[in-house]
Amino acid sequence: MSTATVSPASTWDRVRTFTPPGRYLPLIATLALFIGLFGVGGMRYDGLSDPQVLISLLIDNAFLIVLGVGMTFVILTGGIDLSVGSVVALSTMIAAKTLQMGWSPYLSIAAVLLTGTVLGLLMGLLIHYFDIQPFIATLAGLFLARGLTYLISVESISINDPTFTSLAFKTVYLGDYYVRWTAIIALATVAVAAFVLARTRFGRTVYAIGGNESSAMLMGLRVAFTKVGVYVISGFCAALAGLLFALYILSGNSLHAIGMELDAIAAVVIGGTLLTGGRGYVVGSLLGVLVLGIIKTLISFDGTLSSYWIRIITGVLLLAFVVVQRFATRRRS
Amino acid sequence: MTETTTRVQRVLRHPLLWPVLALVVLVLVNVVARPSFLDVRMQDGHLYGNVIDILRNSAPVMLVALGMTLVIATRGIDLSVGAIAAIAGAVACTRIVGAGDEAALTTAVMAVTYALVVCIVLGAWNGLLVSVLGIQPIIATLILMVAGRGISMAVTDGQITTVNNPFFSDLASGFVLTLPLAFLIALAVLAFTAVLTRRTALGMLIEAVGINPEASRLAGVRARTIIWTVYAFSGLCAGMAGLVIAANTNSVNANSLGLWIELDAILAVVIGGTSLAGGRFSLAGTFVGAIFIATLARTIPNIGIPSEINYLFKAIVVIAVCLLQSPRARAVFRVRRTPRPPAAGPAPTAEPAPATAGVRA
Amino acid sequence: MTQMQTPPDVVATPEAAREPVIEMRDISITFGAVRALDGVSVRLFPGEVHALMGENGAGKSTLIKALTGVYSIDSGVITISGERHEFHSPAASQEAGISTVYQEVNLVPNLTVAENMLLGREPRRLGAINVREMNRRARRTLLHLGIDVDPRSVLDEHPIAVQQLVAIARAVDVEAKVLILDEPTSSLDADEVEKLFTVMRRLRDEGVAIVFVSHFLDQIYEIADRMTILRNGRLVEERLVSETSQLELVRLMIGRELEVLDRLDRAAPQTDAEEGTPLLTAVGLGRKNTLEATDLTLYEGEVVGIAGLLGSGRTELARLLFGADTADTGELTFRSERRKLRSPRHAIDRKIAFSSEDRKAEGVVGDLTVADNMLLALQASRGWLRPIPQATRTQLVDDYIQALDIRPADPQALMRNLSGGNQQKVLLARWLITQPEILILDEPTRGIDIGAKAQIQAKVAELAAQGMSVVFISAELEEVLRLSDRLVVMRDRRKIDERVNDDVSVRDVLETIAGEARAEEAPHD
Repeated sequence: MSTATVSPASTWDRVRTFTPPGRYLPLIATLALFIGLFGVGGMRYDGLSDPQVLISLLIDNAFLIVLGVGMTFVILTGGIDLSVGSVVALSTMIAAKTLQMGWSPYLSIAAVLLTGTVLGLLMGLLIHYFDIQPFIATLAGLFLARGLTYLISVESISINDPTFTSLAFKTVYLGDYYVRWTAIIALATVAVAAFVLARTRFGRTVYAIGGNESSAMLMGLRVAFTKVGVYVISGFCAALAGLLFALYILSGNSLHAIGMELDAIAAVVIGGTLLTGGRGYVVGSLLGVLVLGIIKTLISFDGTLSSYWIRIITGVLLLAFVVVQRFATRRRS
Repeated sequence: MTETTTRVQRVLRHPLLWPVLALVVLVLVNVVARPSFLDVRMQDGHLYGNVIDILRNSAPVMLVALGMTLVIATRGIDLSVGAIAAIAGAVACTRIVGAGDEAALTTAVMAVTYALVVCIVLGAWNGLLVSVLGIQPIIATLILMVAGRGISMAVTDGQITTVNNPFFSDLASGFVLTLPLAFLIALAVLAFTAVLTRRTALGMLIEAVGINPEASRLAGVRARTIIWTVYAFSGLCAGMAGLVIAANTNSVNANSLGLWIELDAILAVVIGGTSLAGGRFSLAGTFVGAIFIATLARTIPNIGIPSEINYLFKAIVVIAVCLLQSPRARAVFRVRRTPRPPAAGPAPTAEPAPATAGVRA
Repeated sequence: MTQMQTPPDVVATPEAAREPVIEMRDISITFGAVRALDGVSVRLFPGEVHALMGENGAGKSTLIKALTGVYSIDSGVITISGERHEFHSPAASQEAGISTVYQEVNLVPNLTVAENMLLGREPRRLGAINVREMNRRARRTLLHLGIDVDPRSVLDEHPIAVQQLVAIARAVDVEAKVLILDEPTSSLDADEVEKLFTVMRRLRDEGVAIVFVSHFLDQIYEIADRMTILRNGRLVEERLVSETSQLELVRLMIGRELEVLDRLDRAAPQTDAEEGTPLLTAVGLGRKNTLEATDLTLYEGEVVGIAGLLGSGRTELARLLFGADTADTGELTFRSERRKLRSPRHAIDRKIAFSSEDRKAEGVVGDLTVADNMLLALQASRGWLRPIPQATRTQLVDDYIQALDIRPADPQALMRNLSGGNQQKVLLARWLITQPEILILDEPTRGIDIGAKAQIQAKVAELAAQGMSVVFISAELEEVLRLSDRLVVMRDRRKIDERVNDDVSVRDVLETIAGEARAEEAPHD
């Protein structure tokens, strides 16, 4: 409390006396969880200690990372976006259909991103200007996007466009290891989002709204712009995630990504973001996705556990984080 | 003269007017598209026809929505009902398959009872998180929503379990007194809920807690017990819906059983005129809402549109109903009138309380 | 605490010589049929602490909200430094140099102190927030105000008092000409209040005009230079603090009751309190930052009046007696049984009833019918499985509608459509139906019409005559004096006097509240 008069300490002193502030604790817990799971896995299964496994986690979950980024923005304001799974499906469908119709792949990408952004904008406007609860407005978005997907095609459409397939399989080598472009895009999204949240007025307003919306209003912050903005960002991220998912799966299908919004929400919460808003980091959501990913990998390495355990374990982790955070906030207030 | 005008006014102000009107319009659209839409014929002592199908198909949503109505009235929400329905189906089907005599009546009864008990426990679990730990309902029930389908798959070991028990399949396809059994079950639960809430004091106390929690606390209302009760009841209702759905296909697919039924149920409740902000609830409204949703699902293929596009129409209905109920939206659409004075008393509209109050001091 | 801090010679200067920084003239604001402000005028001078005084419903907060642009005014003029202004939003008011710190700190708990001070105007470099510069600026302002807080710490790690200081620091950082402090001290302890006052004095000396709202008279006399007294939405007077005695101030705030109510004949003879049966004895009942340890005994068949200003602890005491808030200290004995009250439910089981002063937020269940509202408490104590039989319901509701003359006499009318007085009667009925032994009424007659008021007063007297123990709290001293057998006077969260009401006069009570038992000045009538 009294650092105001403290003389500048040496760097070493600062490092030595460093104790992480309370706000980083959930993040550290998630990181520890990830490292622990990875360590245990590495000891039990030989193949898992290969760093390439780690990179593959990024590649296989690139779309979920991007979804988690958008969801983090929304949840930080105290909202929720249930529509993202459907928007992912819609995006794969738009991409597949437009490519089938012979559009240029770039035009097709633009169409996808624009659709997602506009859907996000519409939901944001409903939520802010008509005072409709986020979950119900994005529920309408869920139905709308899923309906539009079916409207385009009830059948699955495969993607054969050379630009898309080359982008999907192109790899970048880092010494002995390789990365796909999708993972790089996902990490870039995280980096941009982390910067926006930490260092721009928009980002800080996101936190302020999650902390206390009426205070933010009384402080003269741009509440309306920001509140609509987070849904626009979430819509854009869902569309981008849809593209990454299309690259991953190379088809458009109205049955894609059912329930994916739950994975995204779970990743964000496991990443330490408070569901009531105001606290959390996109890096946490990245870690959350990786935790879910490593659990999936562990289960597939194990072979005796069935895949449905992923959901149960996700639920248990969700419960643990929600309950712990509930008690943490209760003690504070 | 004045008597008739007041009667007209009363009808116009009746909360069921809009849902019923919407339903009538929907039916008219169908009749115009296909004049035989309302035809009902008798065959083997059963009634057949579009209307009968709609009644039968409305049963699962109606069951879930009845529980949801009470939950919403307490200012809550239950997102886990779809997952609970899947668990109910899974539990019942595995019990039937595992029983000595798979086709026996006692097998069906035991399996159904067992499944419903499990569902009540799951509902009570939600109630525990909400009322004792004080976690926001949407978050508390999200946990089971995520984990529930995993649990359901764990019960069935990830397989699509098929059962062969005539009594169990009667839950969905049976007829009693010429009417589909599923619908009669839903009606019975509706009647039971009505008695439960209106013949005891439960309904009044639920509404009091939903309208003004602090005043209720000071009047000595035990909100905790009430909230616990409604979530347990919602679990029970979801379980029954899950059984009807499972019986319809004689199988359980943990991934798809009851998928998005929570959304349909919330929609039915909202169409019925119960506000998402809690307080007064209308079981009759929920009944009409569920029928509306089932009719909508029937309408779309009937007027020649692929049934998958159903979702598009549901989206429109959600938005329309929410806009109709949103005071802000009504104010915007009413700008022609003189600007309204600020709400009586010093409750400024300029300072909307954040929806997530309560957690922070 | 009571040392009088005579401010620099600003007050002594003839007013004509100085220009007010803000002048509000003939301000009126109406909500529906309610006139919240009626032709009120206020002047604020630079370098001065100006106290806004008044009881509940006097119009203080409406006035503040008019000044901060939350409400727009219906008529009247606001001039700032001689220039006419109209505020339609909080932002417009802030731009004009008016900053406000509310009782419930309007900051964001999850961000750092520096961010809270500079949110919305953070220093930036190349489009990115310059965190280092932001912390430096925040630290400079905090140092300047003498607030010892690390700007990098998260706000909610600090107690409310520090958060309040940070809020002031934010307000000052915008170069505010006028700083409005709306009840900043209501949850602070003495040390924290001192810290706040140090900062206030520093700002005042720099020429800021400070509007200060507090219910603690000692604080007003310690810090304020000038005050404006409001009552029922009207201006009573503007005064210099140094020229106004506490007695005068209290009199101006409470006023004399204008309505002439029939003096009620009490049916029961004045009970000698010591000889009746004690129903409830509270010893050392208290709660941190709410009420200091208080003793109180309630006897059968007696009305205990609690007199005191808003914030004196009168409501707080009632809430502790009912378990609406839980007490930190003290013991409650019911007849001979010692019990703790952990919830209203416990109190109701002990046959205590409590009607809150905040009818709307804590009493009325607006969307339920009159009948349901009346039966709520009884039904709650029976549990939902045992509904009140229909015949009993009808009987009870009809009886009380008639006995209390509730209008419309329709049990199925929605509660929110009733007038305030009738709502209050329904709430009274809610508690009478539970047949309590102790009935605590907090401001049961506020904001209701005169007819309903007389009816409620008559009912209170009648209930006491039948043996009920009634605790009657009201801001109107005449009313308290007329009804009570015994009188408890509260001030600054403490019980300062308790006496049998043998023709105690309003003046006696005013003097006790003002803390000037020795009458120094001649009263004006």
